[in-house]
Amino acid sequence: MAAPTKNQEKVLNPLSDYKYGFNVESKSVFKSGKGLTEEIVRKISEYKQEPEWMLEFRLNALKIFNEKPMPQWGADLNGIDFDNIHYYVKPSDRPVRDWDDVPDEIKETFERLGVPEAERKFLAGSGAQFESEMVYHNLQEDLAKKGVIFDGIDEALKNHPELFKEYFATVVPPADNKFAALNSAVWSGGSFIYVPKGVHIELPLQAYFRINAENMGQFERTLIIADEGSSVHYVEGCTAPTYSSDSLHSAVVEIIVKPGARVQYTTIQNWSNNVYNLVTKRAKAFKDAEMFWLDCNLGSKVTMKYPCVLLMEPGAKAEIQSIAFAGKNQHQDAGAKVIHLAPNTTSTINSKSISKAGGRSSYRGLVKVAHNAKGSKSKVVCDALLLDADSRSDTYPTMNIMEDDVTIEHEATVSKIGEEQMFYLMSRGLSEQEAATMIVNGFIDPIVKMLPMEYAIEMNRLIEMEMEGSIG
Amino acid sequence: MEHILEIKNLHVTVEDQQILKGVDLTIKSGEIHAIMGPNGSGKSTLCYALMGHPNYEITDGTVTFDGVDVLELDPDKRAHLGMFLGFQYPREVPGVTFGNFMRHSVNAINKANDAESKPIPPGVFYKTMLEGVEGVKMDKSFIARALNDGFSGGEKKRAEIVQMRVMKPKIAMLDEIDSGLDIDALKIVAKAIQDAHEEQGMGVLLITHYQRILDYMTPHFIHIMVNGKIVKSGDRELAGILEREGYEQFIESKSTVA
Repeated sequence: MAAPTKNQEKVLNPLSDYKYGFNVESKSVFKSGKGLTEEIVRKISEYKQEPEWMLEFRLNALKIFNEKPMPQWGADLNGIDFDNIHYYVKPSDRPVRDWDDVPDEIKETFERLGVPEAERKFLAGSGAQFESEMVYHNLQEDLAKKGVIFDGIDEALKNHPELFKEYFATVVPPADNKFAALNSAVWSGGSFIYVPKGVHIELPLQAYFRINAENMGQFERTLIIADEGSSVHYVEGCTAPTYSSDSLHSAVVEIIVKPGARVQYTTIQNWSNNVYNLVTKRAKAFKDAEMFWLDCNLGSKVTMKYPCVLLMEPGAKAEIQSIAFAGKNQHQDAGAKVIHLAPNTTSTINSKSISKAGGRSSYRGLVKVAHNAKGSKSKVVCDALLLDADSRSDTYPTMNIMEDDVTIEHEATVSKIGEEQMFYLMSRGLSEQEAATMIVNGFIDPIVKMLPMEYAIEMNRLIEMEMEGSIG
Repeated sequence: MEHILEIKNLHVTVEDQQILKGVDLTIKSGEIHAIMGPNGSGKSTLCYALMGHPNYEITDGTVTFDGVDVLELDPDKRAHLGMFLGFQYPREVPGVTFGNFMRHSVNAINKANDAESKPIPPGVFYKTMLEGVEGVKMDKSFIARALNDGFSGGEKKRAEIVQMRVMKPKIAMLDEIDSGLDIDALKIVAKAIQDAHEEQGMGVLLITHYQRILDYMTPHFIHIMVNGKIVKSGDRELAGILEREGYEQFIESKSTVA
């Protein structure tokens, strides 16, 4: 059942050594036809038994999506065929809280990805999304008793309607960009987290997103509210099978960090090379609050993602650390955005990109300091590492500073793996590939070190896999 | 077991320029050879070519290690055989700790020589590193620092010697390992080389400008290299003559030959 069929093997094998490229034959409960119509949007809302306001929200978003032109900047998105995508695939009847209750083929997928094991070992709670829906969500009991909510977002709309409505789409409105509008029209799945005042969640919460079907569109939304003085670390992982035709992942993540709270949002994205990954991630940080995006982007065909923090009130802090690895036929257009809207706000942006085998990585960043945001500080550092002469790296930093009393720093470096450095490492008995992998892992080490240990190990392993067979 | 590095009639060009013009040299276990000579005579080129730098083209001659033609081998394969190069200008490896780097190195060498060998656990290897750094009086904190990243010139040289001690090569080529060292550091480094030589029978090819380091070692052979060739070989007395009289006479004697 879970083992790929002969035919699938044929498709899978020649494509890559991507370890997560397997798929399972999954009987979905409902699968929408291809293409995006008002009817499909209505159907999604109906299936989910949503309140009327949400249906209206979706239909309005669909209108915006249809009106907005495709972005003409960043990566080439011409390969996306909106008519050849399944916008909604419902894999099971409802999310469950016990792994044993997850349908077998889906359970097997997550077991192969190590998700239940991770939960047992080092997580405060864990969720799993398969196709369009969360199939599993669980939180440690003591945290639930303290009032922490960690739910599938669809569940949250039902179970916590006021809280949901108060914050939903307040950070990323549908009109923000074409793909935020698309997500708003057909969104399904994702996590909802509420951390009550003063509650600190020590261990990370994790959600794992898996696309299994071909030509699938995954449009989850995640909403995190950290109430005053609280803290939470949320980790998301993503993979998909390798197919010869493309899939689309277009998520929206909204985070509200209330006064004195801290949120860390860690992503280890490792989509297969046929996924367009177009994600809008944004946080609002209030007085003395701290938002930390730690964004690791491997895989995908095209990624466009610029985690953003709006520093709303004095003393708010933003930190955005990102890694992008662009291999053959990949374009990682990633970066960061910070808007300083209040005095004495601070931002740190650190981006590291690696390009190999003709891959292209771009840093695209915006730092904006509003008039009167006196005493604000921003530091941006972008480092690029090129593994060969065919690969490409670009930096597009934009600074929009409307206040004089600020401290702004920007540094950018581009380096190539040098012959002398390779010779030095190889003279110590390391093969060319081991030497190059070591240099790459060393290059990203300052950011990888910020990951919890288990994820740091995983990250180094992923880099090793990316480097396999890369030296001719 | 005795090991032997045999260099015969070695000709090397770098960027189309002929640097080595026929070097003959044999280094065996238990021997310390020192090559001295003026700047630009080809001493460093000899080291790089022996270790397999891709930019150094061998146009003539042979190099064998225990009978194996090493000129066909990549640098890592030469290291697996037991050849080591201590660099005059060691490279920085940001983000990779000295300890991890060495562990990968030793595991790779072990694996190449015995496919069944298991990787050494980090905790066990740490003790080896500790002995290594203590042997050259480096603080143990260096083990957890990124290799050569922010090290002073002297610290980099000591770190090269730590690598030599930990990797336990059969033949070590040391390219101006003494440059940039103060007298105390020089003594420490010389002693570590001498110890490896005495304890493991490591053969040594030492490239140096100065006799000073030889005062703390027992070199068996001194060679003078001028203009891409070894023009004179002798015992350690020769180093003394050089120190007193300089290279001039050897350059001239070379020109009279030519």
